Amino acid sequence: MKLELRGITKRFGSVVANDHIDLTVEPGQIHALLGENGAGKSTLMNILYGLTRPDEGEILIDESPVAFTRPKDAIAAGIGMVHQHFMLVPVFTVAENVVLGDERTRRLGPLGFGLLDRRRAREDVLRVSQRFGLTVDPDALVENLPVGVQQRVEIIKALLRDATLLILDEPTAVLTPGETEDLFAVMRSLKESGHSIVFITHKLNEVQQMADTITVIRQGKVVGSMPPTASDEELAARMVGRAVRLAPEKAAATLGEIVLSVESLTVSDDLGNTAVRGVSFDIKAGEILGIAGVQGNGQTELCEALVGLRPAVDGRFAVRGRDLTGHATREILHAGVGYVPEDRQAEGLVTEFTVAENLALDRYDQPPYSKGLALNLDVMNAAATDQVKQFDIRTESIGSPASSLSGGNQQKVVVARELSRSVGLLIASQPTRGVDVGSIEFVHRRIVEVRNQGSAVLLVSTELDEIAALADRIAVMYEGEIVAMRSADVSREELGLLMAGGGAGAGASASAAGEPASAAAPA
Amino acid sequence: MTPPETPPPETPPPDVAADVAAEPGAERWRSAVFDAVVEGNTVTVTFLAFVAAIVVGGLLIAFTDPNVLPKFGHFFSTPGAAIAAAWSSASGAYTAMFRGAIIDIHTVSAAFHGGSITAVFEPISETLVNATPLILTGLAVMLPFRCGLFNIGGTGQFIGGAVVAGWIGFALQLPPVVHVIAAIAGGLVGGAVCGWLVGFLRARTGANEVIVTIMFNYVAQFLLLYLLGTHAFRRPKRIDPISRVVHGTARMPHLLGSTLRVNFGFILAIGAAFAVSWLIKRSTVGFEFRTIGANPDAARAAGMNVERGYIVVMLVAGALAGLAGAAVVLGTDYSLTPGIYGSYGFDAITVALLGRGTSLGVVLASLLFGALHAGGVQMQAATQTPIDIVIVIQALIVLFIAAPPLVRTIFRLRGQRSGPEKRAALKVVGA
Ligand SMILES: Nc1ncnc2c1ncn2[C@@H]1O[C@H](COP(=O)(O)OP(=O)(O)OP(=O)(O)O)[C@@H](O)[C@H]1O
Ligand SMILES: [Mg+2]
Repeated sequence: MKLELRGITKRFGSVVANDHIDLTVEPGQIHALLGENGAGKSTLMNILYGLTRPDEGEILIDESPVAFTRPKDAIAAGIGMVHQHFMLVPVFTVAENVVLGDERTRRLGPLGFGLLDRRRAREDVLRVSQRFGLTVDPDALVENLPVGVQQRVEIIKALLRDATLLILDEPTAVLTPGETEDLFAVMRSLKESGHSIVFITHKLNEVQQMADTITVIRQGKVVGSMPPTASDEELAARMVGRAVRLAPEKAAATLGEIVLSVESLTVSDDLGNTAVRGVSFDIKAGEILGIAGVQGNGQTELCEALVGLRPAVDGRFAVRGRDLTGHATREILHAGVGYVPEDRQAEGLVTEFTVAENLALDRYDQPPYSKGLALNLDVMNAAATDQVKQFDIRTESIGSPASSLSGGNQQKVVVARELSRSVGLLIASQPTRGVDVGSIEFVHRRIVEVRNQGSAVLLVSTELDEIAALADRIAVMYEGEIVAMRSADVSREELGLLMAGGGAGAGASASAAGEPASAAAPA
Repeated sequence: MTPPETPPPETPPPDVAADVAAEPGAERWRSAVFDAVVEGNTVTVTFLAFVAAIVVGGLLIAFTDPNVLPKFGHFFSTPGAAIAAAWSSASGAYTAMFRGAIIDIHTVSAAFHGGSITAVFEPISETLVNATPLILTGLAVMLPFRCGLFNIGGTGQFIGGAVVAGWIGFALQLPPVVHVIAAIAGGLVGGAVCGWLVGFLRARTGANEVIVTIMFNYVAQFLLLYLLGTHAFRRPKRIDPISRVVHGTARMPHLLGSTLRVNFGFILAIGAAFAVSWLIKRSTVGFEFRTIGANPDAARAAGMNVERGYIVVMLVAGALAGLAGAAVVLGTDYSLTPGIYGSYGFDAITVALLGRGTSLGVVLASLLFGALHAGGVQMQAATQTPIDIVIVIQALIVLFIAAPPLVRTIFRLRGQRSGPEKRAALKVVGA
């Protein structure tokens, strides 16, 4: 299928999300869309998928104009979309999810009621999954599947509806490096069989690796297309409109006294399984400790325990010498801990609230934000205006609901909130997930500033680049344990090996035993 | 919506219909109601729902009228007579309703010819009297909704307030102003205790507040019945269950002379509406309620105490419903009877829905329902149309409100997105 967008324009109030965008996707091509947060990528894709209607412009498929008023029309025309957050029913099996709402798997039962043809559904799933290397068990319950496999289910769902053009909106943001590789393999085999793919990502190396054509969008306008051979710097500069420094400048750490000390902390996950096994470490003032590891090795639970959202089964932790184990989240935050949760939509934001309200979420009841029982809206709004400007949050106004912001700008709201409060300890989990390179530069600079001002930072990230750029010391988590503690100059290869559970076995037991900090701390 | 355990997905499903159908029924129904209350429908839809309900109600009135039906037997020979009969039946009923709820022209002309002036205000007075407990119980449903709780327990909390307020009113001897204040405060406390208990159970044990409140309604109803048989409550020389009479010192002052029933309770209700509005929009507690209602996980991560929020919001809601009980027992009834709670607790849910989750909306919806009830009494007296038709009209309004797409189809409205749809649409963009 050849897809052409001509002069697509979409306005939201005073914001022009898409400004006369022209875009052609050739058959059998992987077309990458690159652009800052709020550039209008998701809006454009929502228009293409029939979720949003354009104010101007037309869509042509194989030279003939089409009009989509709802996703069903787009699906009928052979367009499939995998959203960043999946739309699967957790308690259904893969096969059931895949055939949901698909008319063809319905057969007529007694009394004329439609029945689900389960056997055919299973066969369909198996057929598609074999053909494109999308390995998945059709009888598995979706809730038991890792994120990467759930995404595969979404892709199968689209393919079964005969999609020949697939839209992938930031598919890799939630994937582990291994899952990303698997996805890329699938994308390549789809391309070989003549499918076209529109691929959105903020990771430049992925673009270079996968794309046939790159279109760069800035502030709603196409600002050019680039070949995949373009360098990081060229791509970033085109996107942001200025040169971007990809790794922040960082002076050597000047360490102070211990801010966070964790002693053989054990934490369970929601199902009661031990997720963090007797972890011990210290972070000093003026130091960034990076926790590297593949998602799902206990990092989430560790962070949640440290802010009191999850009870410690065993062990303790103290901030500036004060034991905070078992204390309420509020007390821990008031003791000078800042927290950027891993999932902005689930925990970081209230999407129906305004930007200003979200920026006040953890301080609405403290002066000057409050006067007695009353909110001080003037202070709240003034502070919000200030933070929106400082952190370059692209929003129509501070009174817009957070849900109207682009994904990366939502993330910036959370980061702005936590970084604009003076904290002794910052716990940041995936602080730049879904954030564009320009803003990553800014957020990284701010995190380094926080450290330079003498705070301790616990940085959890699955991005090795991020860990390498920021951390003064790196702990690797694997299956709930800190298996290694290394200085910042550790090689990528060694880190990769450790994250996969290989490497220094002796080091693992030593760190778990609880005296890693002094051993591995940089001088 | 009970705040679901998993966060709502950012984008709506591609095949919305299919995926929505797969959501567990109860949860979906609750979230639909919650969305309708919190997000609100457009004013147009609300108004048109009312119009549609009146029209359908009119048809029902006409076709249940024993005088109309036989005429339709000869519809093909004399269609005019049949339609005229149907029209006069329905319009007669509605006219009587209007006279009972708003104003009766006859009393106005009578007033000019030396009749009583208070009679002119009689219908309005009745409307306000009926609206008073609805406003208060409506607020008691709407406020917890904003915090993600579904308070079906208006009835129980109403009884809690009425019992305490009534007892203070007839059992104690206090000086005039002090007595009524004490009785009102007693009503607040009685309702608050009932509400607190629900919030406490929800917070400590996770017990579903819908079930707990429904059960508490029964407990409260039978407790009331029991109390009316005890020596402390029972009116001497009466065998039927009715309490002693509230002393004059504990009664709410009348607003428009002693012959009209409208009383200070209405002022209290309006005051409560302002207070709740302030609480939700401008107070730190309300901010907390709204956060908990919209995203309890985010509330927790921001250091809010979600469990305490549940307790506090139910306590306040209980106090509001208790105040409604006090307003009835001290303002109009002056004694406790087994049926004193009427259908306020359940009508409150309708009122909160119709009022689109705001204080102003609750007040307006309550005035509408109050007028329907006041008018219904007059309608039954004047035209023999059963007052039950009022309940039917109320139910129709709810039906049309809860089904905005239906209203839109009927009136061919386009492009206006209601709450849930809009919310979904907004979420898409954040992808
Ligand atoms: N429903 C809406 N109401 C108001 N503004 C909106 C709405 N939807 C999108 N916008 C605005 O349109 C612009 C483009 O948003 P879009 O989500 O397309 O960005 P994006 O390129 O996908 O960004 P990101 O990389 O952060 O996901 C943003 O400024 C956003 O705030
Ligand atoms: Mg986006």
